[in-house]
Amino acid sequence: MAGNDISSGPGNAGRAQARHEAAEFLLRRHRFRPAEALPWLIAIAAFFVFPDRMTFGSQVLVMILFAISLDLILGYAGIVTLGHAAFFGVGAYTVGLASARLGWTEPISGLFAAAIMAALAGFISGWFLLRYRGLTLLMLTLATAIMILETGNFRSDITGGYDGMPGLVFQPVLGMFEYDLYGRTNYLYALAVLAVVFFFVRRIVYSPFGQALTGIRENVRRMHAIGSPVHRRLVTVYTIAAAIAGVAGALFTQTNAYVTLTVFDFDTSAKVLVMLILGGTGRLYGAFIGAAVYLILEDHLSKLSPTFWQFGIGILLLVTVLFARRGILGVIEDLGRFRSWKGRIRMVPGRIVWSNVQWKGIGMAAFDGALIGLAVGFAANVGRTNLLWSWFVTEPLSVLAWTAAGAALVAAINIGYLVYAERSATGSTPR
Amino acid sequence: MVERALELDMVRAGYGETVVLEDVALAVAPDEIVSIIGRNGVGKSTLLATIMGHTNLHGGRVLLHGRDISHVATYRRVVDGLGYVPQEREIFPSLTLRENLEVAARPGPWTVETVFELFPRLSERAANRGNQLSGGEQQMLAIGRALIGNPTVLLMDEPSEGLAPVIVEELTRAVKRLTKAGGLAIVLVEQNSRLALDIAPRAVVMDRGRIVYDGPSATLRDDPVKLEQLIGVVKS
Amino acid sequence: MPQVATIAVSILFDGLAYAMFLFITAVGLSVTMGLMNFVNLAHGAFAMAGGYFVVSLTQSYGVDFISSLIIASVLVGLISIRFERRLYRPLYKAGELDQVLLTIGLAFMAIAAFTFFYGPIPKSVPLPQWLQGNVDLGFRAFPRYRAFLIVLGLFLVAVLWYGFERTNIGARIRAAVDNRRMAESVGINVDLLFTVTFAIGSGLAALGGGLAIQLFGLTPYFAVLYLVLFLIVVAVGGLGSLKGTLMAALLLGIVDTAGKYLIAEAGGFFIYVITVIVLLLKPAGFYGRQ
Repeated sequence: MAGNDISSGPGNAGRAQARHEAAEFLLRRHRFRPAEALPWLIAIAAFFVFPDRMTFGSQVLVMILFAISLDLILGYAGIVTLGHAAFFGVGAYTVGLASARLGWTEPISGLFAAAIMAALAGFISGWFLLRYRGLTLLMLTLATAIMILETGNFRSDITGGYDGMPGLVFQPVLGMFEYDLYGRTNYLYALAVLAVVFFFVRRIVYSPFGQALTGIRENVRRMHAIGSPVHRRLVTVYTIAAAIAGVAGALFTQTNAYVTLTVFDFDTSAKVLVMLILGGTGRLYGAFIGAAVYLILEDHLSKLSPTFWQFGIGILLLVTVLFARRGILGVIEDLGRFRSWKGRIRMVPGRIVWSNVQWKGIGMAAFDGALIGLAVGFAANVGRTNLLWSWFVTEPLSVLAWTAAGAALVAAINIGYLVYAERSATGSTPR
Repeated sequence: MVERALELDMVRAGYGETVVLEDVALAVAPDEIVSIIGRNGVGKSTLLATIMGHTNLHGGRVLLHGRDISHVATYRRVVDGLGYVPQEREIFPSLTLRENLEVAARPGPWTVETVFELFPRLSERAANRGNQLSGGEQQMLAIGRALIGNPTVLLMDEPSEGLAPVIVEELTRAVKRLTKAGGLAIVLVEQNSRLALDIAPRAVVMDRGRIVYDGPSATLRDDPVKLEQLIGVVKS
Repeated sequence: MPQVATIAVSILFDGLAYAMFLFITAVGLSVTMGLMNFVNLAHGAFAMAGGYFVVSLTQSYGVDFISSLIIASVLVGLISIRFERRLYRPLYKAGELDQVLLTIGLAFMAIAAFTFFYGPIPKSVPLPQWLQGNVDLGFRAFPRYRAFLIVLGLFLVAVLWYGFERTNIGARIRAAVDNRRMAESVGINVDLLFTVTFAIGSGLAALGGGLAIQLFGLTPYFAVLYLVLFLIVVAVGGLGSLKGTLMAALLLGIVDTAGKYLIAEAGGFFIYVITVIVLLLKPAGFYGRQ
C-alpha cells in the first residue's frame, strides 16, 4: 500500500513534508476518475433501454448495495463472515414490521430506521465477535445469524414466518413520486439511494481510516504493534457495513412490498459472497459487476433449469477461486496490463513445463478429465438406459469418445493455465 | 575427492521474497563437527532452516551425500539422513515423551533404549506429556528425537539457549560422547561462542548473511581479538 | 414410570442416537480441519453422497443395508482422495475465504448433480428385519434402529480412540496436528498422512450419511442442511480432537433433542446459543489448540 514513510526525514520539517505528501497521495486517489462514471451511465441507460425490466433492475441495485456493504468488511478490513445476511434481514424486517404492524409507511425515514437498527445489531455483535479470527469468527457470525433467524421463526405470529408479510404499503417517495406498476419509480429511488450511500462509502475508503483498514487486513499483528486501535476500527467498520446492509434490506422490502424470513438464510449470505468474489473484492466497483453478472445469469439460466443454474454457480465459484481469484475486475485489470506484455510473451514457458513433475501433474489432470468426461457422457445418455452398465456395454465407442474428450479438454486447460501463470509470474505484481 | 556429507553451493535463501543468506558456500565431511557462530540475526538459524527446506531458495544448491536436495520435500530429506534439533525445541506437546521419540524413530543403532542411555533423566519421565517437561528435559528430548531418526548429518540450533549451566554441562558431555562415537556429521549453531569453540574443532563465523571465517576453532580460541572482530560485538 | 423420568429417558435415548450420528459424520471433519487448517464446507456433500450410494445399492442392486453402508463408505473415501489432491491441495496455504468459497462451490455442484440423478423427492432405505421395530427393555420399548446407531457409534468411538491414541499412525497424526513443520522435520510424510486421514474422514462422513437416511430422510439439500450442525460440533469440540468432537456431539445432540421435545417451536434455538457462549469463552472449542 502507500509507501510514505513518515519516519524518514530529519526533524519537524521532514515530518511536515512527509505528512503533506501522504495527504496529497490520498487526495489524488480520492479524485474521481473518468472510468468511474461508466457504471452510473449504464444504470441510467438501462432505465431507458429496458423499461419493462425495472423490477429486476431494482433487485440488482439492492444487491449491489448489499455487496458493497460486504466489501467494506471483507475486501477492505479482511473480516470473513458467513452471517452478513443478518443485517440485511434486520433492515428488511424493520421496514416490514414498521409498515405492517405500526403503520409507518414513509420510505425515507424507514431507511434511516433500518440503518439504525442494523447498525445496533452490528455494533453489539461486532463488539463481542471481532476479537476472534478464522474458523471461530466464521462460526460465530453464522450462529448469530441463525439465532436471529430462529427468533424470527419463533415469533412467526409477528413476523409471518417463512410465509412472510405480503402486500406491504409505502407512501410515495418524498410525497411526490407515485409508484407505478412497472416499478420505474422504485428503480430510480433505489438508484438514488445507492448513489448517496456509495458516495459516502467512497469517502470512507479513501480516508486515513480506510487506509488503516487495509493495514489491518494485510497485517493485523503489525497494526497492533504500532498501536493502532484495531478492535475499535474493526467494530466501527462492521457497524457501518451493517447499517448499509440494513439500508439494502430496507430497500429490498420497499421495492418488493414483501418480505420473508429467507432474507436471513445462509443462502442469502452465500449469494452475496459469491457476487462479491465474482466481481472482485477490495475495489468498490467489483460489487457492481459481480451483482449484475450474477443476477443476470441467474435470471436466464435458472429459467432453463434450476439444477443447471446451481451446478453453474458451483463451477463459477471453483473457476473463480482457482483461476480468477481477483474476480472479473481483476481479469479486466490483467488484460489491461496484457497489452504491455506483447513483447515479453514466451509461448513455450521455458524450463518449467518440460520437467517431469509437470507432466505427471498434467497426466493426473487428464485422468480426472477422463473421469469427468465419462460422468458427463453417462449423464447425457442416462435417459436412454435403465441400468448403470448397459451404456458401457452397448456403446463402447461413445464411452471412449466422452472419456477422451474430457481428458483432452482438461489437459488443454491445464497447459493453458500453466502458460498464463508463467506469464503472470514474469509480468506485474497483483493489484 | 573428499566425500561430502553436506554441501551448500552458493546458496541464496530467505523467507518469502527477502534474502537472508547471500552466496553461502559450505562443505561438511561425514565425520566432521562444525560450529556456526555469530551475532543475533546474521542468519545462522536460517542456514539450518534452509538445509531442512523451510525457506525459499532463491539461488544455489543444497547437497546431501552428493545428491541435490534443493527441491526435495523436508520429510524426504530426513529420511535421507538429516536430523534437526530446532531452536525452540518444538516438542510435540500432546504426545508423551516416549511417543515423541517413537514417531521419529527410523531403523538403525539409535533406539528408545539407547536414547535413554544417553539421557538417563528422560527415562524417568517417559510417560509425561511433552508440555509437562522442563526446559532442559525438552532439550534433551529434542536431541534424542533427532538422533532416533539415525541421521548421518545432525543439525543443532542453539541447544544451550535458555538453559541452566548445570544442564548445559550435561548436554555438552552428551554431545561430546556423540562426536567421539563417530559416523555422524554435526553442524552446531551457537550463540555461546565459547561453548561452540570448545565442542567443535572447526568454526564458521557468519555476519550479515555471509560466511566471514571458516577454519580451525583453535585459531579463534587463541586469538580473542580476532574473534571479536569477526563477530562484531563483545563475545558472551 | 413417572412422566418426568419417561421424558428424560426418551430425551437421553434419542439424544444419544442423534449425538452418535453427529459424531460419526463430524469426526472426520474435525481431524482434517485440525490437521490441515482447511475449512471444508463440502464435507456435508460427502455425507450426502454416501447416503445416495446406499440408496442406489439397496434399491437398484438389492444389496443389504449393512453391506451397502460399508461399500458406500469405502467408495466415497476413495473418491475423496482425487478431490483432495486436485482441488484442495492447492489451497492449503490460501486464506480461509478461498477455502470456504471453493468448498461451497463443490457443495453446490454436488447438490445439483444429485438432484439431476436422483430427483428432489426424499429417499428412504429398506431396513433389514432385525433393524425394524422396537426392542423391549421392560420399562420401555426403544426403536431398534436407534439402539443400533448408539451401539455402532460407541463401537466406532472405541475403534477411533484406539487408533488415535495407541497406534503409531495415530501418534503421527497428533504430532502433525500439534506442529506440522516439526512433524515433517522428523521424517513424517504429512501430505500422505493427510490424504489418508481425509479419505477415512470422508468415508466416515459417508457412513453417517447412510445412517441418517432412516433418521431424517435424504434430499439433495442434505449437504448444506446439516453442514451447519457439523461445523458447530467441530468448532465447539475443538479442531483435531476426537474427545472434543465426542463431547460436543453429546452436548449438542442431547440439548437439541431436549429443546425440540420440551419447546417445540423454539427448539432449534438452544444449540446456537450454546455455540456462541462456548466460543466466546473458549474460542478454540473444548479441546482445541490455539
